[in-house]
Amino acid sequence: MTTDIIKPENLVYAKPALLNDTTMHYCPGCSHGVVHKLIAEVIADMGMEEKTVGVSPVGCAVFAYRYIDIDWQEAPHGRAPALAVGIKRLWPNRLVFTYQGDGDLACIGTAETLHALNRGDNITIIYVNNAIYGMTGGQMSATTLLEQPTATCPTGRTPELHGYPIDITNLAVQLEGTCFVSRQSVETVAAINKAKRAIRKAFEASMEGKGSSLVEIVSTCSSGWKMSPVAANKWMQENMFDHYKKGDLKDRTKE
Amino acid sequence: MKHEIIIAGFGGQGVLSMGKILAYSGLMEDKEVTWMPAYGPEQRGGTANVTVIVSDSRISSPVLSKYDVAIVLNQPSLDKFQPRVKPGGILIYDGNGIASPPTRTDIKVYRMDAMDKAAEMRNAKVFNMIVLGGLLKVCPVVSTEGLNMALFKTLPERYHNLIPLNMEAVEQGKQIIVEQ
Amino acid sequence: MAEREVRLMKGNEAIAHAAVRAGIDGYFGYPITPQSEVIETLAQLRPWETTGMVVLQAESEVASINMLYGGGGSGKRVMTSSSSPGVALMQEGISYMAGAEIPGLIVNVQRGGPGLGTIQPSQGDYFQSTRGGGNGDYNVIVLAPNSVQEMADFVDLGMNLAFKYRNPAMILSDGVIGQMMEKVVLPPMKPRRTEEEIIKECPWASTGHTKNREPNVITSLELRPELMEVKNKALQAKYEEIRNNEVRFETLHTDDAEYMFVAFGSAARVAEKAVELAREEGLRVGLFRPITLWPFPEKQLASLSKDKKGLLVVEMNAGQMVQDVRLAVDGSLPVAHFGRQGGIVPEPEEIVKALKEKLQ
Repeated sequence: MTTDIIKPENLVYAKPALLNDTTMHYCPGCSHGVVHKLIAEVIADMGMEEKTVGVSPVGCAVFAYRYIDIDWQEAPHGRAPALAVGIKRLWPNRLVFTYQGDGDLACIGTAETLHALNRGDNITIIYVNNAIYGMTGGQMSATTLLEQPTATCPTGRTPELHGYPIDITNLAVQLEGTCFVSRQSVETVAAINKAKRAIRKAFEASMEGKGSSLVEIVSTCSSGWKMSPVAANKWMQENMFDHYKKGDLKDRTKE
Repeated sequence: MKHEIIIAGFGGQGVLSMGKILAYSGLMEDKEVTWMPAYGPEQRGGTANVTVIVSDSRISSPVLSKYDVAIVLNQPSLDKFQPRVKPGGILIYDGNGIASPPTRTDIKVYRMDAMDKAAEMRNAKVFNMIVLGGLLKVCPVVSTEGLNMALFKTLPERYHNLIPLNMEAVEQGKQIIVEQ
Repeated sequence: MAEREVRLMKGNEAIAHAAVRAGIDGYFGYPITPQSEVIETLAQLRPWETTGMVVLQAESEVASINMLYGGGGSGKRVMTSSSSPGVALMQEGISYMAGAEIPGLIVNVQRGGPGLGTIQPSQGDYFQSTRGGGNGDYNVIVLAPNSVQEMADFVDLGMNLAFKYRNPAMILSDGVIGQMMEKVVLPPMKPRRTEEEIIKECPWASTGHTKNREPNVITSLELRPELMEVKNKALQAKYEEIRNNEVRFETLHTDDAEYMFVAFGSAARVAEKAVELAREEGLRVGLFRPITLWPFPEKQLASLSKDKKGLLVVEMNAGQMVQDVRLAVDGSLPVAHFGRQGGIVPEPEEIVKALKEKLQ
């Protein structure tokens, strides 16, 4: 380990203990790796390493279980919240979260997502929204922006043909069962720190039995968007944040 | 002994609960019983029927096409189940609203004006107990004591004060049933 | 209250009572006729106040089965119940559970199909139940009760088999058995396992990664085909073990019989009556009743058929189990089928008539 040659007092950064050494399959510039790291850090910070069960989706993050050293279940497409409810209702003292993309959560899994949140099940949903189907090769998702080109709307999304981008997070704000709803991003250090605080707050709220929480991470997909990582971050800032406004949209954790 | 019984009438006449009380009475006497409703939208106002089998030995099919006893409480039920009574079997009908009375001569046909009697007793809810009384008179599937016990067993305690009235209805039923 | 008390209740109610008594940890379900009494009875029994059993009405059958996936994947005894269209919706989840080797119990109180069909009893889901039902090569252990007593008994049995083999198990019932009332002796109370017991008995379950083991990952995914084939072969070996060990069936009057009815569930009850009627006429007929539909009692049926003149398979469908019967006896004697469809329960008399017409 390289840290062996660094004096402990000089250590400024280390890979989180819960992130294992498996090489991630994510593309260069992808947000998933950063979000994984934040989750690994928060679980360790909370001392919940041995009491956490994650639920991975179908999509790019399907292999999340290869990277974070906790127990996992891999769900059918869109059904992660139902699995999480099954686990959490039967193991109330466990930290149970789902990790889902916009295809999984905002398209095929809207019913499971909204009903889990509405029931106030004490789970956290981490929602990585990059407005495209990454794993299957860049097709349109329900959150694809208007005019954004994808493999299934090559000249850009039009409302006449495809409807409008759906904002699940805003819907979640209105549900009585949610105690904490936040939208963040991870393209800058400042944004990463805010995202980590949101994940921590969500995890803590679920362990305190305060209800459901949803943390959306607005993300890039440089492969699907066909841009360099730098250009993708710029495009996200200039286009995505306009439609998907960041911030803590609902916080009842202090009530 | 085995009695294969169909009870049929309008939803709301207490057809299913009559069958239930009969089945519970059989249970009280340690007999084998099945209670099989024709379930579904019929429960909500259409015609309802239930097959009840009370037997000293193992019961095979809970669903039948021929019956030892048919209790029919409206014209459609009479028309449907009269042909399905086994030769030598029993058909009991309530005379209220019956335009075409039973015609078979190879079975025993009994009429009881239980609807009128219930009106006379000023309690429409005892109608089905009157009918059960008639059944026990002509075909003692279970004993009156078994029936009494079944009421104690199945009714919530707050309704136990109504049991004497129900047993009175059973006695009335025994008196008004007439062979045709 | 005496444990051996004889009660009178519907098959659906018996399922609910038996669930509480079998130490089930969680029931997840969605209302559908003709089985809604299961969740209604559980709601009245309020087991969360006594045994701690969770009862949750989910937003759909899709959600229900995936709650089973999550709960079963974490080592808990979980069950759901539904009727045919709802169980069709669950097939994705059942396939995933089979692939990920997750125990769980699914009760199907069948009604007539296809599609929305009817709410009356049917056995039209035999293929769906015994051939896997979802995508991929897999089997579900299928128990077919023919009485309210068996509805009660098969909850614990099904759940135990599910855990023994880490495989979904199904109780394949129908509207007759679900809606009829019959005498039943409820099984004795069995406590729910403690969390420590579950962690010990289910070292594979996702209960939280403790330092004494590798992380547990519940998944059916393996992208490398050479490894996926290994995984499939392991599943097939398990199914072979189940075929060898878990076949259950019942016979009635088969010793002196010239002909046999083969029927399961409520059709077997009607066929039993048809045996009585046939014997009153001097026809020597017996009944072979598979209790496990998968694994199908093929060897036992073949062996009992050796000295018979013919088999009449009686089903409430267009002819599904008859295929397994023909495979089992492999042309050694005539096999005919008599079925009613669309929610019609066959009449005993027409079964006897069919025997005479088709086999004599």
